[in-house]
Amino acid sequence: MRKSSGRADNHDWRKIKNALASTGTFVSAVLVIAPLGLVFFHLLVNGASSVNWDFFTHLPKPVGEAGGGMANAIVGSLELLAIAGVIGIPVGVLGGVYLAEYGSARINSIVRFLADVLNGIPSITWGVVVYGLVVLRFKSFSAYAGGLALGLIMIPLILRTTEEVVLLVPNGYREAALALGVSRWKTIVHIVMKTASKGIITGILLALARVGGETAPLLFTAFGNRFWNHSLSQPIAALPLQIFTYAISPYDDWHRQAWAGALVLVTGVFCVNVLVRILTRGRAASVV
Amino acid sequence: MDNLVMATPEQSVTERAEGPAEPSANSEPALKLTFEVKNLSVWYGEKRAIDDVTFNIASNAVTAIIGPSGCGKSTFLRALNRMHELVPKTRMEGTVLLHGEDLYSKTVDPAIVRRRVGMVFQKSNPFPTMTIGENVIVGLRLNGVRNQKFLNERLEKSLRMSALWDEVKDDLHKPGTSLSGGQQQRLCIARALAVEPEVILMDEPCSALDPIATAKIEELISELKAQYTIVTVTHNMQQAGRISDYTAFLYLGRLIEFGQTTTIFTNPSDRQTEDYITGRFG
Repeated sequence: MRKSSGRADNHDWRKIKNALASTGTFVSAVLVIAPLGLVFFHLLVNGASSVNWDFFTHLPKPVGEAGGGMANAIVGSLELLAIAGVIGIPVGVLGGVYLAEYGSARINSIVRFLADVLNGIPSITWGVVVYGLVVLRFKSFSAYAGGLALGLIMIPLILRTTEEVVLLVPNGYREAALALGVSRWKTIVHIVMKTASKGIITGILLALARVGGETAPLLFTAFGNRFWNHSLSQPIAALPLQIFTYAISPYDDWHRQAWAGALVLVTGVFCVNVLVRILTRGRAASVV
Repeated sequence: MDNLVMATPEQSVTERAEGPAEPSANSEPALKLTFEVKNLSVWYGEKRAIDDVTFNIASNAVTAIIGPSGCGKSTFLRALNRMHELVPKTRMEGTVLLHGEDLYSKTVDPAIVRRRVGMVFQKSNPFPTMTIGENVIVGLRLNGVRNQKFLNERLEKSLRMSALWDEVKDDLHKPGTSLSGGQQQRLCIARALAVEPEVILMDEPCSALDPIATAKIEELISELKAQYTIVTVTHNMQQAGRISDYTAFLYLGRLIEFGQTTTIFTNPSDRQTEDYITGRFG
């Protein structure tokens, strides 16, 4: 009698433990998604009313004048991403291919480790480094300096993703091409990289989305600009910088514009991620 | 030697297309040799995979390499077109002559060797980013052939030779990976044939296929030997008996016995060969 009731107690306790554990994981899962929902909700409430045609087509208005937009910052961000891409994409992709296809195990593990260290460096550090290397030397904040800072952040990101997807290409394809008498580099470019192209493009897009939202490395490289930038060797506006400037200002109208800018930025990053999803959906079918 | 160090790929491919290097089918097959392998040894790092193997491979015949797993069959096959060099830290000794020319001479480019000695792998591996048609002519394309008419002719010829043309002629634009396993393997054979090699090496080409697809490939091998020298590795004794003219039995990297397939299978001179063929080990 006692024994059977003890077993029942034990059984109840186990049920409770089970319920507790599954509730705990469920709550954690909700907590993961909640901030994203909160961010979007907040941005929509505060920013949606200021996102209009003027926002995308007009320069900022002087203090005290209502209206105006962030056209220069949106275009500036795109210009900075283009410069960053020119620097970061070739170096990152070719470096990743080198790690996956050539190189000795020893050197590769060192490069891989250093790339991971670089990935962990706070982004403001890149801003300081580029400030010292470029801005001080040429005595001017510039789009080049901002693009360089972002490009340097992109390199280790792209390097690691490229390496991973190139390693995923089955060896049979390399062998098949080499057995046809195709040279090593043609095999790598036309067979291996082509097979891994979706993965490589995904890595590039994610890196662009990541640096597109960076503010710290631009603070003393691109510096920001309230007008159109007419030369890449001059300071240039960028969306995150403009948001930063407006958010810490004392003006209500600027605050609304900052919310709108943040909404546009987050939507842009979101769109890139959706694009990546679409690109990688056929991944299983085409191997990588 | 001239053939091996030929400068431009297009030149070598087109010249051979006109046929000067084509082995003639009606000479006595037993006397005409494609490969002469002398004292071949191959090491992977410290491990000796092939140990002092010497035998000749006849032209326009099928030579089967048999032996238990890990005996060095695949390594031997790959040493015939220098594919084993893709593994780091390999080393070889001895000589391999292809029509009298040393494949391992310092002036020889391994890519040219592989253009003359094609290969079909155990697992069919059509390129997933390419259509059926592109898969067939990719070897020519990447070796610099641009002439579209020539490519189209070679495409049809290769697919006809691999007995695939009638099945895929209306689907050339479809992905190569959309074909069935057996068709994919024949596509890989067509791809190897398109660069007009002199020899085709096959590394267990049927081991991943069902019996019907296997029968088609075996039939194909018998047809191809009129124009090509074929060396195949197989795990399947019956298959070796059906398709090959000569059989080499390797065990622990050594050549135990080599001879005409009928002799090896009916009257082997070595006890180990007999034990392996009759299924007592391996």
